[in-house]
Amino acid sequence: MPKIDLSINLCNIKLANPTILASGILGTTKALLKRVVENGVGAVTIKSVSTEPREGHKNPTVITFEGGMLNAVGYSNPGVDAAAIEFASIEDVGAPVIASVIGTQKEDFVQVIKRLSKSKFSAIEIPLSCPHTPGFGMLAEQGTPQATFDITSAVRKVTKLPLFVKISPNIPEICTVAKAAEDAGADAITAVNSMGPGMVINIEAQKPVLSFKVGGVTGDALRPIAIRCVYDIYKAVKIPIIGVGGISTGRHAIEMIMAGASAIGIGTGIYYRGIDVFKKVCEEMTQWMQENGFYSINSIVGIAHD
Amino acid sequence: MIEQPIMVRIFDITKESPGVKTLFFKSKLNFEPGQFIMVWIPLLDEKPFTISYFQEELAGISVLKKGLFTNALHNMKKGDKLGIRGPYGRGFSIPKTLNSCVVGGGIGMASLATLTERLGNVTIVQGTKTASEIIYRERFKNMNICTEDGSIGFKGTTVDLFAELLKKQSFQRVYACGPEKMMYRIFELCNSRCIECEVSLDRYIKCGFGVCGQCDCSGQRICIDGPVFPSNELSNMKDFGKTLILKNGKRAYC
Repeated sequence: MPKIDLSINLCNIKLANPTILASGILGTTKALLKRVVENGVGAVTIKSVSTEPREGHKNPTVITFEGGMLNAVGYSNPGVDAAAIEFASIEDVGAPVIASVIGTQKEDFVQVIKRLSKSKFSAIEIPLSCPHTPGFGMLAEQGTPQATFDITSAVRKVTKLPLFVKISPNIPEICTVAKAAEDAGADAITAVNSMGPGMVINIEAQKPVLSFKVGGVTGDALRPIAIRCVYDIYKAVKIPIIGVGGISTGRHAIEMIMAGASAIGIGTGIYYRGIDVFKKVCEEMTQWMQENGFYSINSIVGIAHD
Repeated sequence: MIEQPIMVRIFDITKESPGVKTLFFKSKLNFEPGQFIMVWIPLLDEKPFTISYFQEELAGISVLKKGLFTNALHNMKKGDKLGIRGPYGRGFSIPKTLNSCVVGGGIGMASLATLTERLGNVTIVQGTKTASEIIYRERFKNMNICTEDGSIGFKGTTVDLFAELLKKQSFQRVYACGPEKMMYRIFELCNSRCIECEVSLDRYIKCGFGVCGQCDCSGQRICIDGPVFPSNELSNMKDFGKTLILKNGKRAYC
C-alpha cells in the first residue's frame, strides 16, 4: 500500500502537514511557536504586529459559548520593534513561520514588513478583516475590494515573500475581495477571519460579557460558513486557499480541503482539544485517508466541486 | 466547558490587614489549591485571583488593594454581585506524607492558604514589609513570621528566614508564592539541597484557558500549564525569575 503523505507545498513553502497555527492564537512568543511545533503543526503564524505597541481591549477579551468562541482581544502586541527582537532568530522554530502584519493605513503595513525583514519569515499574512478593532480591518473598511486591492498592491511592492491575504466571511461579495487580492499580487487567500461580530450578554449582570461588548465568532458555529466561503473562493481564484474556521478534527480538515483549501488553519481547535490538536488532526486525517484510498493532500483539494 | 462568568453575590467580607480584604461568596467550584478563578466586574475589567478560603459551599478571595480593579473590589458591599469563571490551571501537588514547608511573600500567602489547610502539619513562613501587612494570623497560629523592617518576627525577607530554617531542619517539599525574585531564590535554595519545590507564577492573564498566549513563560502557558510549576519544569523555563510579558506583549524584567 502506498504511504500516506501529508506534506504540502504552499506557495513554494514546504510544510510537513497542512495544519497552520492561525494568527492571534498562542503566537505571542518564539517559545510558544516552538511549543506548537512540538505538537505537530505544519506552520505557525505569529500574533499580528502593528507599528506601535497596543494594549488591546480590556478583559474579558476571550470567552466561549455553546457554538464556539467569542473574542475581542483588540490586536494587543508589543509593536514592530519589540516583535523584531522576539522573532529575530526563528530559523530554529522547526517549521515555517508566517508574519501577520496589521496597520491602520497601507503605509503601516509597508513599514512593519520592512522592519521585520531581517527575520527569516516564510510568508507574510495581512488580515484585512478583523471585526472588532477600531482602526483596523472591517472597522476601517480594509475589507472592501478596492481597499484590499490597494493594501495588497502596496505590500506586494515591498516583499518578495509569499503574501497571504486574510479575508472576512461577513461580506456577500467575498469572491470579489478574493479576486481583488489575487489581482493585486497575493499568493494565497486565507479564508476566513472570525465572523460577526457577535455578542454574549450575561443576563444576571445584565451586561455584555466582553469589555468591547462585541467580538469575532470562531469555532463550530463558524465552520459551515467558512466551508462555504472557501468553496466559493476556490471557483473564483487560481491561487491557493488556506481554509480557517472551526476546524478541530481530521474530518473537519478533510472537509475544508475538499471545499478547496490547500492548507488549513487551526485556532479555536486548541480550546476544543488542547495544544496537541495539530497532532490529533493529522492522525485523524491519515486514518481517514487510509480508509478512503487517498495518499496525498493534493488529491483531495477541491474534490467536492462538480 | 463554557468559559463564561457566572454571577455570585458577596456573602461576607473580612479585613485581613489594612490593605487586604477577603470577599466570600457561595459557590460549588471544583477547586484544588493553587488553581485560580477569573473575577469579573461588569464594565470594568476581569482579573485572576486564587481562592484563599474554601469550605463546604463557601469560597473566598483575598484581595490586596493595588490598582483600579482591586480598589473596586475593596469598595464592594455584602450582597453586591461579582462574575467568576474557572477554576483554571494546575494546582499544587499534595502528597500524603511529606515533611513540607510553605513560603508566602506578601499577598502570595493567599495562594498557599488552602494548600496549608490541606497539608495540615506543615511549616509556614510568611513575610511582608511590615507587621501590619501580615495576614491570616488567627487562622494559622504557628507561622514563622518575618518582616523587612523587623517590626514583628524575624528581621529580613522570607528567603533569609527560609535559609535560616534550613540550617536547623530539612524539608522534602517546599511550596512558594510571592514576588518572582523571591520564588526564584527559594527555588535555587531548594535545588542546592535537592528539595522538591513548587512555585505559583503570576502573569497577565486574558483567556484563562490556554488559547491566547498572553501569559507565556518560556513556552509554558501560566493559565493552563501552570500556574504551579515544579522544580524540574522551572529548571527549563529561562524566563522564570527574569522576564515577564506585559499586557501589550512587551517583555519586562521581573
